[in-house]
Amino acid sequence: MSKVLEGLLYSESHEWVRMEGDIAVIGVSDYAQHSMGALTYVDLPEVGDTFEQGESFGALESVKAASELYTPVSGEVTEVNEELEDEPEAVNNDPYGAWIIKIAVEDKSQLDALMGPEAYNTYTESL
Amino acid sequence: MKYYDKLIFELSKESRTAFSLPEDKFGGNLSDIPSDLRRKEGPLLPEVSEVDVVRHYTNLSQMNFGVDTGFYPLGSCTMKYNPKINEQVSSMPAFARLHPLQPECSVKGALEMVDALDGALAEITGMKHFTFLPCAGAHGELTGLMIMRQYHMARHDEGRVKVIVPDSAHGTNPASAAVAGLQVVTVKSKENGLIDVEALRDLLGDDIAGIMMTNPNTLGLFEKDIKEIASLVHGCGGLLYYDGANMNPLLGMVRPGDMGFDIMHLNLHKTFSTPHGGGGPGSGPVGVAEHLVQFLPTTKVSGFHGNFAVMMRAYAYILMLGKENLPLAGQYATLSANYIKESLRDAYKLPIDSICKHEFVFDGLIDDGSAHAPDGVGATTLDVAKRLLDFSFHAPTIYFPLLFHQALMIEPTETESVETMDSFIDVMHRIAQEASEDPMILRSAPHNAPITRPDETTAARNPVLKYQDTI
Amino acid sequence: MSTFPYFPHTEEDVRRMLEKVGVGDLTSLYGDVPAEFLRTQPYDLPSAKSEEEVLSIFEDLGKKNVPLKVFVGQGSYDHYTPSVIPYLTQRSEFLTAYTPYQAEISQGTLRYIFEYQSMICSLTGMDVSNASMYDGPTAAAEAMMMGLACTRKKTRVLLSRTLLPHVTAVVENYARFHGVAIGYVECEDGVSSIQSMKDELAVGDVAAVILPSVNRFGIIEDLEGFADAIHEAKALAVQYCDPSALAVLRSPAEWGMDVAVGDGQPLGIPLSWGGPYVGFMACRKDYVRKLPGRIVGQTTDKEGRRCFVLTLQAREQHIRREKATSNICSNESLMALWVTIYLSVMGPEGMRKVNTLSYGGAHCLKDKLLCTGLFEEAFPGKPFLKEFTLLSKVPSETLQKALLEGGFFAALPLGIKVGDKEMVSFTVTERRTGEEIDSLVEVIKNVKP
Repeated sequence: MSKVLEGLLYSESHEWVRMEGDIAVIGVSDYAQHSMGALTYVDLPEVGDTFEQGESFGALESVKAASELYTPVSGEVTEVNEELEDEPEAVNNDPYGAWIIKIAVEDKSQLDALMGPEAYNTYTESL
Repeated sequence: MKYYDKLIFELSKESRTAFSLPEDKFGGNLSDIPSDLRRKEGPLLPEVSEVDVVRHYTNLSQMNFGVDTGFYPLGSCTMKYNPKINEQVSSMPAFARLHPLQPECSVKGALEMVDALDGALAEITGMKHFTFLPCAGAHGELTGLMIMRQYHMARHDEGRVKVIVPDSAHGTNPASAAVAGLQVVTVKSKENGLIDVEALRDLLGDDIAGIMMTNPNTLGLFEKDIKEIASLVHGCGGLLYYDGANMNPLLGMVRPGDMGFDIMHLNLHKTFSTPHGGGGPGSGPVGVAEHLVQFLPTTKVSGFHGNFAVMMRAYAYILMLGKENLPLAGQYATLSANYIKESLRDAYKLPIDSICKHEFVFDGLIDDGSAHAPDGVGATTLDVAKRLLDFSFHAPTIYFPLLFHQALMIEPTETESVETMDSFIDVMHRIAQEASEDPMILRSAPHNAPITRPDETTAARNPVLKYQDTI
Repeated sequence: MSTFPYFPHTEEDVRRMLEKVGVGDLTSLYGDVPAEFLRTQPYDLPSAKSEEEVLSIFEDLGKKNVPLKVFVGQGSYDHYTPSVIPYLTQRSEFLTAYTPYQAEISQGTLRYIFEYQSMICSLTGMDVSNASMYDGPTAAAEAMMMGLACTRKKTRVLLSRTLLPHVTAVVENYARFHGVAIGYVECEDGVSSIQSMKDELAVGDVAAVILPSVNRFGIIEDLEGFADAIHEAKALAVQYCDPSALAVLRSPAEWGMDVAVGDGQPLGIPLSWGGPYVGFMACRKDYVRKLPGRIVGQTTDKEGRRCFVLTLQAREQHIRREKATSNICSNESLMALWVTIYLSVMGPEGMRKVNTLSYGGAHCLKDKLLCTGLFEEAFPGKPFLKEFTLLSKVPSETLQKALLEGGFFAALPLGIKVGDKEMVSFTVTERRTGEEIDSLVEVIKNVKP
């Protein structure tokens, strides 16, 4: 069974969000990293790119799979985790520590659509 | 097969040569070219003798497995025997020396061959005419979709920007659609592996350019609702595209044109026996029904006239088989697939129990042996595939189609004897037995190949993609 | 039941298999096909033939082709093929294998692709090469798609008017369907105009620019300053090149380009009426994740032995489906082997010699043609290697007719007129002898204008 962390919000496409003021820190869940297997590359956007809610902002790659990353909130990218360029396995080792991007949230109400830890746990068990 | 570790660069010794060129009688001097336009240093290329070259590539070839080495049941790839007369024909100097831009009056033999092949393929498929420009199956798909779009544009029906692709389709189908500027709409398969006609009905509308279908589909099942599908798609103004990768079992039996398809491609390197060459060259001619013939020449998709030498091989094959034997190819291919399926269903999960065509799909082992593994992990489809290599069989296609988690897709073709298939069946049973008793034998396979399993994760994380990166 | 050499089935075998499957006869295997679609008539095709009969059909067809001495290039060059190449590429372990998905029993294919990638990188100066494309023109089209993928949301691509026409035609066609707007870098005195390119870049929205050197007129273009201007506009700089010429000419990397594409045919692949050839495509390592097609990488097996695998596969259509940069699956692997063996045989010295011989022959022919008084220089002073363009005072049809009668394919009209004179193209490779050049000139001298 995969780990779900308290205090985070989760999307159906397995991204997690942690709010730091108006900034959303976004990563992928333990369930997501586990189902991908050993990651070989994280395709990151550039700082300053803007994305709409639900838009693809990058991708995770393993040897035999690729998975798009979708932003749960609209806004501009303020920071990307460049360490993942050289060390994609960090997402496997510590999915909740290895954040991927930070976005300046335009509309916090978009967070309402996300799941809490318990709901996400139930959701992944149903898959 | 034995391991050989050299790269040609590692055989290099300064001032050794293997070329043979005439004496220079023109006295040209490259340094007359302005120095800014010239290379500063010669390229890094090996300096070897002719013997070095011959031994090196002979040694490399001995680490390879081809159809001529043994049974190659790679699903959806139709690895049938490649007749040797094809090779003799395709290298005839009277064709090999033709420049692609020579005037028509000097290439009448080549043109006549293309016409004859066009006619034969039209008869075999029920299409009107073919273009031979596409160099492979995916290239044919792209060309066919361009023709589909051109047809709609010519009718001022530009709003048709979506193409329907079943979830069992080859990966190239959605990728080709995207390159052709079309959006992909997926239609689901039903539990019996066939297109869900009701779900299809809901997708149809005036934004649909057409549907791409493989029939028999990638599960090897004949889409028997094809008549209704054709009438629905045509009814909404769309066209039907036939992915000919799976044409082999229909030879002599069923023609795509008769089923209502408007556009199709053939893989000459599958159905028509031209060798796969380690992944090409292929040839993916595109045929169209009569009402689309006007759109054939509007698509320039490759440099000259397509892979002509591949086309020659396919024509030689059709001439050899003739009208008597082409249908037998289809029937024997179908018989072989069903024979293997029925012989192995006691050990491998058969998700759909039905007569198949040229290929079928198992969903992994019935007993993966997880109960006997120290870590509780059983043998997967990948492990079965790797273990097969130890017995001098190529592996089937694995993890495709995506409908099943442990997909193992087997296509024996018509050129294999019952004895070859029986020994494959015996080995597959033995592997299933090993899995249930000691899955670790499979998980560490292959044991007898030139190398053991490569570390693919490191290869992708730290790419080393040329010799220069290693020195 | 008749027997056939490719079908091992005896009557007894068929009966046994049918029994296992549980159907009475072969046609019952098609019980799931609606009856209206099942054929009852044989094909309207000839009957089966013996090998001798098939050979003689092809021999008869071959006799209908006219053998000509080739003095034309335009993307397809009559270079010599060392005899070891057909010998080795016909080895059935190479010829009858498929894509090396099972690395453990495909190390032969994987190794030669790795060598091929290394040689393409060496010639182009680029960091990474893929395992091959269909041909040069489709490689150029893929470079356009790659430019779009690398620059997100841009929609225009610029093509130089000096690209070979069949390259332009294929790229334009891909662009039209993919929804890409094409702009043009105009030709000025036979070469790409940097001012014209800057004007087009200033319009904005440019994802990539494709420039040739050597170009359609045979001119070695001076691409100084082009890449810088392209990079300022945040677009990809793509060069279309002749890999044989790259052995002696400044490489795309030295011109500052990001992507190099072209056709591998000049590397010893027979003319073969246009195919199969092999497209090549190489780029700087920053763009490797958007490079289409297969790529082979080095790694180790469980015992630590060096081995090779298909890598970075998450870019490809079988994984990315409609999100892949390209739909390419089968490529031209055997022709990549052809090119690899060619470059191994030739080595740096052989490549220099091929270029020297072609250069010498071409310059000799050009001088002799000008001496006939029937031609004028089209682009005086422009440097060329083996291909050149002249203005013909004789109508090209008259010229063509006389040349064909004399057994030559030369003076290909480019469809461009300057006053009443027509541009015609000539090429000389190392296969053309001094005698052949002299007799070509003799034929031309005797043309009545």
